[in-house]
Amino acid sequence: MRVPLSWLKDFVPLPTSPSEEADVAELGRVLSSLGLVFEGAELVGSGLDGVVLAHVVALEPIKGADKIRRVLVDAGGPEPLEIVCGAWNFGLGDVVPLATVGTELPNGMAIGRRTMRGVTSNGMLCSPGELGLPGESSGLLVLSSPGPGAALPAGIEPGRPLAEHLGIVPDAVLDLSIEPNRPDCLSIAGIARDLAARLKLPFVLPEPDVSGLERGEAAEALAAVETRAPSACDRIVGRVLVGLAPIASPPLVARRLILSGMRPLGAVVDASNYAMLELGQPTHPYDLDHLAGGRIVARLARPGEALVTLDGTARVLGRAPNGRGEDIDLIECVIADGNDEVVGLAGVMGGRHSEVSEQTTRVLLESAHFNGLMVGRAAKRRGLRTEASVRFERGVDPEGTRRAADRVIELVAAAARHAGAPVPSLAPGVLEDRPVPAAPVRIELRTERMNALLGTELGAGDAAELLEPIGFSCAPSEQGLVVDVPSFRPDTTAEIDLIEEVARHYGYEQIAPRSRRSPAVGRRSPSQVRRHQVMALLTGLGAHEAWTPSIIDPALEDRLGPAPERVRLTNPIVAEESALRSSVLAGLCAAARHNVAHRNPHLRLFELGAVFEAPPAAGEWPREREELGVLLAEEGDDAAAASGCFERLVEGLRLVRDDLELVQGDELDALGAAGARLVRGMHPTRRAVAWCAGVPLVGFGELDFEVAERFELGERRIGVLVADLGALLAAPERPRIARAVSRFPSSDLDLAFVLDEAVAAERLRRALAAAGGELVESLQLLDVYRGAPLSGGERSLAFRLRMCALDHTLDEAELSAARRRLIEAGEALGARLRA
Amino acid sequence: MPRPDREADRASLPSSDELAAFFAEASQAIAAAADRRQLEAVRLELLGRSSVLSAWKRALGGATPEERREVGLALNATRDGLEAAVASRGDVLAVAERAAALEADRLDLSELATRRFAAGHLHLVSQVRAELEDIFLGMGYEIAEGPEVESDEHNFTALNMPPHHPARSNQDSFYLDLDDGETFLLRSQTSPVQIRLLARKELPLYAVAPGRAYRRDTPDARHLPAFHQIEGIAVDRDISFADLAGTVATFTEAIFGTAIKSRLRPAYFPFTEPSAEYEVTCVLCSGAGCRTCSNTGWIELGGCGLVHPNVLSMAGVDPEEWSGFAFGFGIDRLAMIRYQIEDIRSLIENDVRFLTQF
Repeated sequence: MRVPLSWLKDFVPLPTSPSEEADVAELGRVLSSLGLVFEGAELVGSGLDGVVLAHVVALEPIKGADKIRRVLVDAGGPEPLEIVCGAWNFGLGDVVPLATVGTELPNGMAIGRRTMRGVTSNGMLCSPGELGLPGESSGLLVLSSPGPGAALPAGIEPGRPLAEHLGIVPDAVLDLSIEPNRPDCLSIAGIARDLAARLKLPFVLPEPDVSGLERGEAAEALAAVETRAPSACDRIVGRVLVGLAPIASPPLVARRLILSGMRPLGAVVDASNYAMLELGQPTHPYDLDHLAGGRIVARLARPGEALVTLDGTARVLGRAPNGRGEDIDLIECVIADGNDEVVGLAGVMGGRHSEVSEQTTRVLLESAHFNGLMVGRAAKRRGLRTEASVRFERGVDPEGTRRAADRVIELVAAAARHAGAPVPSLAPGVLEDRPVPAAPVRIELRTERMNALLGTELGAGDAAELLEPIGFSCAPSEQGLVVDVPSFRPDTTAEIDLIEEVARHYGYEQIAPRSRRSPAVGRRSPSQVRRHQVMALLTGLGAHEAWTPSIIDPALEDRLGPAPERVRLTNPIVAEESALRSSVLAGLCAAARHNVAHRNPHLRLFELGAVFEAPPAAGEWPREREELGVLLAEEGDDAAAASGCFERLVEGLRLVRDDLELVQGDELDALGAAGARLVRGMHPTRRAVAWCAGVPLVGFGELDFEVAERFELGERRIGVLVADLGALLAAPERPRIARAVSRFPSSDLDLAFVLDEAVAAERLRRALAAAGGELVESLQLLDVYRGAPLSGGERSLAFRLRMCALDHTLDEAELSAARRRLIEAGEALGARLRA
Repeated sequence: MPRPDREADRASLPSSDELAAFFAEASQAIAAAADRRQLEAVRLELLGRSSVLSAWKRALGGATPEERREVGLALNATRDGLEAAVASRGDVLAVAERAAALEADRLDLSELATRRFAAGHLHLVSQVRAELEDIFLGMGYEIAEGPEVESDEHNFTALNMPPHHPARSNQDSFYLDLDDGETFLLRSQTSPVQIRLLARKELPLYAVAPGRAYRRDTPDARHLPAFHQIEGIAVDRDISFADLAGTVATFTEAIFGTAIKSRLRPAYFPFTEPSAEYEVTCVLCSGAGCRTCSNTGWIELGGCGLVHPNVLSMAGVDPEEWSGFAFGFGIDRLAMIRYQIEDIRSLIENDVRFLTQF
């Protein structure tokens, strides 16, 4: 909210100077400490010394220049002044602002005498922006256009200071961000009330005085107000003004509206807007002569009713598409006239037909209290959040309707007096329909509870002293205070709300911090510890952790191959990025691609993150898992790198290697979807899944070269690994029991087997480990050989088994018995010892 | 090299002149040994069993007692002198040989910079997250986790955001396109983890929940539709706003050091009351005022407050018996402030030139 300082001063005698930045900043600090967040200030109206009204008396081209012209202006001096000007939006006879030589403009520009193309410029004609004034800044600020040779209107004198002419005094516009629970502070008076309480200054909200205006026919005889939907509108007040003339607002009103971000449109509409900004209560003036039956009725919209709003847009009421191609009926409040035709969308925007215009002489002014939820939804549905709708949505004071109406009338009368126009008369009597008066809210504030929650030692009296200045009435009770909540604080409904008010006005910074820690021992859970281990293991392999988007373009992920059913968003920001990722690998490939494009193709990346799949059945939660993805694209990285990465994880997480079974080739199909998701995008004949007790944990291998091509990663092998992180972190750990090592010499048995290509080396390794039993200290696959004299379908696998016993040195007989068992175990798999 | 005729030697003992000449010649031979192998050969010839010296020693057997004492002493002195000369020459040769070997091995280590152990880097957000976790672990907090897809109930209703609350707008949150039934969305904050923790009914409760959250913000230098937050909640029998202020001050000091101060200013969140915005002294200008802090000297880091009694009641916790505080702030934002990162999008580009800086 934009808050002119001068306006605040109408209600609270602030010592703040509007032209002292430090002063204004200090005020901002106080406002922030009240929760009325100060986001900056604009100092306006200073720096206009030396800017005067200038009457354009001649306008001619400059030879050889097509962007600038020579202007002669009468600026009140004995002779016209010669000026060079590059603006084109003005003509002969216009009155424009002239910054005279020696002036320093608000934007810091110093005006000197300059010569361009032989013409001397004795100052500068100014745009609104150059003067720090609101308005279109592409051209000059044209103050009057009586036409060439015509007499100047009254009040416009060449040479008169602009500030004096516009009634501009230095002011500061504070930019405040008002939290949604403080509708009372969507008004100048509300902000002033809070500020006055904190600064211990008096707050004065004068009662509008309209008594002297009442004359003529009674309001009842001219118009009527009614609410037929008390749930949507529980109070409607009307007042009738007669004898209006089309006049402009006085400069002060117009200027404050402009500074607050609104446009002056005419005395009546301006008065309504001004009162809204000042008091927080929106009102709406209807042209009584365009209001059938002179009557306004608040009621619920009938589905399909139509209204052309003030902005000229035709709107359908009471019905809206639901986004699935169907229309649904809406509960929303409208204002209807005596013919039951809709003349306004309640609390949001009035109708064009009954709009106040230049011709309007009689007005029915509506000041009502609408249901905030209903107004909010009606406004949002149409993308039509107005100053009025925001205030109703947050909650306006149900007791403030009458005051606001009278304030509008007071302002309209003042405008007429200022303009020298006839003062309109107010039809005696207040029209009002209020079927259900608002119930007053009374809350008990327990002193002990307040201090327990705030960590303070305040007495009931202290609390009362903080609450009374902001409108709460307090009376002592047994446990503390009984507090009557003012009607302008709809946010205060419970004791905790009062406690917050006490804290706010006491000052958060006054509450002494207390050191507090948990009685528990803080430690990571076992799976959190393991997650950190995984990260450390992978960085140890030279891999960098990536963060790739969870919301993805399905087409990007489809580059990996067929995907499970994804979860889609109803409201993506970009239409393409409409689904939740089902794999982290696509993101890693895209990240690798980014680096390839920046000539860093050799890298290793990993990511731990959530992946999603559609729920197993309608109405159930989508499936969400944590996945680990590793992409190994250093020089020479391939399936072997992926296998090494897998073994490093197994070792680092202390998994039981023998519990893990490797599944490859066609056998992968047996693992179903759970296995398939771990090898998506991987090379079909260079991939494996490790599974443990029926749960697939890790898939690893090489990126399918077609996938690599789709991601433009270059022609090379890339190792990949994907793990179901939840399952991996939960996999059984090796027992934490030390195993003694033998003190006796060991012997190596080197055995080379010839094995069919269809049988995985892993199976032979396991068979040998089992056959060697406890005597095997370590088992290593030393060498793999393919080629003559072996046949094409087989290869030689050379293992070295280091054998030893804990309690003695193995003798020849034991070793040869072991050797025999190992050879038999190999033969059982169809392997033969290589000669 | 003195090599007297053996037959002749056997018969006679050396005169003192002969011995002196022998010693002089032998010493020259030792000094002439070019390496330790040669030196050993010389030593064997001069001092070994078949050496002249040994023959002379043997010849002492047939000499008179005077000759034996006189010549014996002279022979021993000669042997000791030669042995010392061999040892000393050996030391000289060893030093020279080591020097030669070292010279032959000389290497310019700056040529080797290309062969290094590649170090991987954790993502900056992970690093800051781990640091925050460690701070709270030190204060006895547990680290809680929750899903990124949440129900409308957890994300809003249970957090005291009634239906039609503005934050529920589909302008702000990503909703999932699922069939009818419960409404699901990507959590718009980490706060629903509070609800999951309260539902455990294990009090007192002190926990932080770091994680990813989502809002419909169009990506720009300061916003991404996905971001990381850390949520904290403490529920105990006598928790007050003073405890919140103390906790905020403690972790501010842990994160930024003693030079940076924290402050709380009133704010509004539906799930806390009293609510506060948590601000710290601007780390760039130390509070003097700069562009980053919009000349206020303070940077907003997050929101906090006492857990709203409605939130406790809805979770089945009696707000008259228990009270608590909660806080939440952006991990990415903290990282950006601390490392002076201008554009948050750098965090998701995964450019190795960026990742390897941290």
